[in-house]
Amino acid sequence: MNEEIILKEADEQEISINMGPQHPSTHGVLRLVLSLKGEMVQKVEPHCGYIHRGMEKMTESMTYQQIIHLTDRLDYLSAHMNNAAVCLAVEKALDIEVPERVKVIRTIMDELARIASHQLWWCSFGMDLGGLTCFFYGLRDREKILDIFEETTGSRLIQSYYCPGGLMADIHPNFQQKVKEFIKYFRKILPEYDELLSGNIIMMERAKGIGKMSKEEAISFGMTGPSGRGSGFSCDVRKHHPYHAYDKVKFNEVLRTEGDTYARYMVRMDEMRESMNIIEQLIDNIPDGDFAVKMKPIIKLPEGEYYQRVEAARGEFGVYIISKGEKNPYRMKFRSPNFSNLSALDALTRGHKIADLIAIGGSLDYVIPDIDR
Amino acid sequence: MREIYNYFKTIFFALKSLWTGMKVTGAYFFKPWKIVTQQYPENREKLQMFERTKGELVMPHNEKNEHQCTGCGICEMNCPNGTIIVKTVINETPDGKKKKALDKYIYNLGMCTFCGLCVKTCPSDAIVFSNKFEHAVFNKNKLVKTLNKEGSTLKKRAE
Amino acid sequence: MPFTFSIYDFTGFTQWVDATLRGACSPFWATLWEMVIVGVLFLAFYAVVGLYLVYAERKVCAFIQNRVGPNRVGPYGFFQTIADLIKLLMKEIISIKQADKLLFNLAPFIVIVTSFLALAAIPFAKGLHPIDLNIGVFYVMAISSMGVVGILLAGWSSNSKYSLLGAMRSGAQIISYELSVGMSLIAICVLAGSMQLSVIVEQQRDLWFIFKGHFPAITAFIIYMIAATAETNRGPFDLAEAESELAAGFHTEYSGIKFAFFFLAEYMNMFIVASLAATIFWGGWMPLHIPGLESFNHVMDFIPPVLWYIGKTAVIILIMMWFKWTFPRLRIDQLLNLEWKFLLPISLVNILIMAFIVLMGWYIGL
Repeated sequence: MNEEIILKEADEQEISINMGPQHPSTHGVLRLVLSLKGEMVQKVEPHCGYIHRGMEKMTESMTYQQIIHLTDRLDYLSAHMNNAAVCLAVEKALDIEVPERVKVIRTIMDELARIASHQLWWCSFGMDLGGLTCFFYGLRDREKILDIFEETTGSRLIQSYYCPGGLMADIHPNFQQKVKEFIKYFRKILPEYDELLSGNIIMMERAKGIGKMSKEEAISFGMTGPSGRGSGFSCDVRKHHPYHAYDKVKFNEVLRTEGDTYARYMVRMDEMRESMNIIEQLIDNIPDGDFAVKMKPIIKLPEGEYYQRVEAARGEFGVYIISKGEKNPYRMKFRSPNFSNLSALDALTRGHKIADLIAIGGSLDYVIPDIDR
Repeated sequence: MREIYNYFKTIFFALKSLWTGMKVTGAYFFKPWKIVTQQYPENREKLQMFERTKGELVMPHNEKNEHQCTGCGICEMNCPNGTIIVKTVINETPDGKKKKALDKYIYNLGMCTFCGLCVKTCPSDAIVFSNKFEHAVFNKNKLVKTLNKEGSTLKKRAE
Repeated sequence: MPFTFSIYDFTGFTQWVDATLRGACSPFWATLWEMVIVGVLFLAFYAVVGLYLVYAERKVCAFIQNRVGPNRVGPYGFFQTIADLIKLLMKEIISIKQADKLLFNLAPFIVIVTSFLALAAIPFAKGLHPIDLNIGVFYVMAISSMGVVGILLAGWSSNSKYSLLGAMRSGAQIISYELSVGMSLIAICVLAGSMQLSVIVEQQRDLWFIFKGHFPAITAFIIYMIAATAETNRGPFDLAEAESELAAGFHTEYSGIKFAFFFLAEYMNMFIVASLAATIFWGGWMPLHIPGLESFNHVMDFIPPVLWYIGKTAVIILIMMWFKWTFPRLRIDQLLNLEWKFLLPISLVNILIMAFIVLMGWYIGL
């Protein structure tokens, strides 16, 4: 270490620590530069870009069908929702009305992906707090959703199941029965999550009142999804700008006003229940019909600008397309929820301890490829 | 007095919540039949993948060593990352017509992202995804595969 | 001295060894030989217990988490930890450029020696007791609190910020939790009227202290379990390592066999606190006796004391593992709150209650 830095640190009584890019609880290759005074965090500087793949640039040389498989790799835990954003944008641009069957299947798939994503968040949140057993329970149950996905879409994590105009394939004959079995199983197992972690005194002590964020701050940081809703910011795209079949189902937007880590935690736990409600309403009523509209082999969007947002598992995911009437987009921009959520990390953690930083980071539930794109 | 009451209430609540958590993990500890993990290399024989599992791209050949690929190159065009290269030759039929035929169907497994566009867009259903998922090799070059078999020909259409 | 060997009473056997050695050589050499024998036995015991506790921990956590756990090396993965040890032995010992070399190399030995020393006062069975100190409880307490010196040195000398934070946390933690461990043991010492471990065990011939002392003894046991878990840097109190926060805490910079020393010492400390709990609260090697049920007591006597001792220790270790694999980790200020606001006042009051009960003779006795 440089002499000067040592002297400077001794002077200010502050130490700076590089947390990441290789650190057990930065959920990937996020690098946080912390300024610490003892255990107290004075400042957090997130450094992104370790997994930047230039996706937005890549899209400019790809057709719209091919772009789908890139969006899987943004927020890999809500791959279905990211796919849906591009598909919906293209369908809106071309003025295509997809069959009811597609809408319903897309809704079910999105909600299953949301449950799977929240399960993984639950395990990693538990692990961040030090309860390693949570990790395996969450993964155990997520496995069942992944099996359902694999049976229908052919892959487990990055499915590329949607395509402009519909779906890549029809649902598997076992799909409905398996989803129903899963819902039955998960309704029984979810209270166990509460017993193990939500009701635990240690967890409550560590989460309540930590990382507070008011509604105004949340809006100004652009925090969306469960993190924003934990602060009382009503930002559920499914409710406010319904897409798929969300206007036909009854569900509540989970809102909490405390704005702390525990609120963000509870929003996600309740969202899993809401997602199960949505699936239950739809699973028996999948209408008959085609699983895709016949599309031209080469899709050319009319000249113009298109924006479509969907509610991904971590917040609002937006796709902004500028088309010059060619088969490739002229410019494409992904509005990723994690990037805006991460911007609030500094404000959330200031004056808390390192252990709280980990808990807050866990409650924001960032997925690094989505931040870096 | 109220504070003392709250003090003991906190202790009681804390112990209760800890005990609830311990009951969950303790119950699983005494239920070894609930183990969900599989013993992978041992269960290889009876491991059943789902029929749609995208393992790797294959070109099915029938017993007469015939495939269905006409060498049109649509899959190559649709592939987002240049995984597929279709090499064709121009064959002359006995009656003097020139006909394009598949020479080599090169598939680079190392670059494949399993988006499924090739299979979806193939007009003659010549390629499918197989369930084989054990792809590990020692040399990167081994991932580049030629899918059509030696000496295979295009399947004649049913007249 | 004739040769006698009984699995129920090792006194005759150990005295025979002593007499034979003294007959063969001068008292100085006899003592030296005895020390060597005991040392070698302990070294072997240490390695076996350390390795198999690691194995047990991995199996326990695997079953809790619906997994199978180690199952590749040997039947049921029985030799997994031995393979791990061989791997650790063969790994390069990384020397840190900016580290304080002497302290950096010394720290693992301090940690491991303290855990080794504490083992000396534990009675394993009747007569199988390396040193029967008349202040056995005090000795174990004093020695086990020395381990923190090694942890602090490790954290300081590594010259890494993560290590330093971990070590400082550990210092605060162990120094404060030492108090509750002591207080809860004192409650039982009041009941026993002695600090000599052999006397404490003998006194539980009729009834274990946890039953004899009823309410205050159970409170003391719970406090001891919490504080002992904290003192061994385990379970929900593993702030010094805090995998998700500080990478690996005080032993971040260690590798190879030095890391293995820390690792083994952790498990050995767990074994020591568990066996101390078993000895003090559950009667050590003393079989379960219920006054009045003579035939039942005879059946219990039939089980060798060593098995009783190992069984009780195993149960307590299992409980500690159960803690670890259930709870999330505490934060440092909550950890200190728990000690100073809850455990310490309660254990102080508990001693008072215990003293009163002993004075009035209200304990369950014959």
